[in-house]
Amino acid sequence: MEKNKKVTDYDMQQLIGQVLRFGVLTSGIVAIIGGIWYLFQSGSGVPDYRVFNGEPAGYTSLTGIIKGLKEGSAKEIIQLGVVILIATPILRIVFSLFSFILEKDKLYVVISSIVLLIILFSMFAGLKV
Amino acid sequence: MNILLFTLILLLGAYLAGLAGSLTGLGGGVVIIPLLTLGFHVDIRYAIGAALVASIATSSGSASAYVKEGITNVRLGMFLEIATTAGAVLGAILAIYTPVNLVAILFGVMLIFSAAMTLRKKNETALLEGSKLSYALKLNSSYPGKDGAVPYNLKNIGGGFSIMTIAGVLSGLLGIGSGALKVLAMDSAMRVPFRVSTTTSNFMVGVTAAASAVVYLQRGYIDPGIAFPVIIGVLAGAFTGSKLLMRIDVKSLKVIFSIAITLIALNMIYNGIHHKF
Repeated sequence: MEKNKKVTDYDMQQLIGQVLRFGVLTSGIVAIIGGIWYLFQSGSGVPDYRVFNGEPAGYTSLTGIIKGLKEGSAKEIIQLGVVILIATPILRIVFSLFSFILEKDKLYVVISSIVLLIILFSMFAGLKV
Repeated sequence: MNILLFTLILLLGAYLAGLAGSLTGLGGGVVIIPLLTLGFHVDIRYAIGAALVASIATSSGSASAYVKEGITNVRLGMFLEIATTAGAVLGAILAIYTPVNLVAILFGVMLIFSAAMTLRKKNETALLEGSKLSYALKLNSSYPGKDGAVPYNLKNIGGGFSIMTIAGVLSGLLGIGSGALKVLAMDSAMRVPFRVSTTTSNFMVGVTAAASAVVYLQRGYIDPGIAFPVIIGVLAGAFTGSKLLMRIDVKSLKVIFSIAITLIALNMIYNGIHHKF
């Protein structure tokens, strides 16, 4: 039926579904590994979250997380899981964008690009404070 | 209480939150915030960070199945995500200037609204004719029904888009998915059939939450010690929920859950007014 159209909406739906499933599973596995290690390291400590201090720089930037990973710190492994989780829906937009390009749906190439740009703006605009 | 016990209780709480969220369609975030703030006296900012993570986990986890089945309207979701992500970034900026007790009160109000929305009548009739804009934007589609594909058409795209922007702002400000507002925009304004609106709303929650989560992560709202039991618990709960959903009647469950959520909401509002956050 749609033989001359190589990529269809059906293909895109399957791809998006796979991306989401894979992202969530990977994030969950990384979080479990980091979490178990974290409990071994500091399971007997006392949790204190009554006062908001903000997390130290090590957990809030990619460079900080990578540095912690090299040192084998459990909390940074968990944060890596968090980053993978946050990246999953963003990756979903990137894959949709590629699918729309292959489908030659110009309108939705523009729409997906706008959504992606808004998120990239949010990421890099320094809205931190 | 040591960290091990805190983690185990939080894991159980997050599991129940994910389970209830997926059975009622409210998402995991709405239960996580009261659980952490009222239950564990955790600062509401850490709770918001955890709720965002929970929202992304439940959305992505369950959306994958619905997208593959072709129920989710991917184009509609993508188009409306312009509104929700822009709103979410605005919400994350507004959060800097919003006192935490006001955040708690707004959260309570939003919770009561969500509870009411779960009990409303659903829109199941598909429009035969859509508005001009719905054709121009290729938003009309069909979903798989019992007797083959059910086509539907949409109207009032501008109205839906506006409500979506508000949903995005609240999502960025409060850390929740605002699933209830999203469904309101799609069901009531745009006349999207119920099955499509709930799954498309759920599909959009992940991207909306990610838009503000990238800001909150940098602000230090997301704590690893809270995040890991929340991610694992909510994912496991949502998975169980999606399996149970096929087998049990959720009507009475929704009523009980709505009453419980309203009580929690009143508690949040009361504490917010008395500056207990």
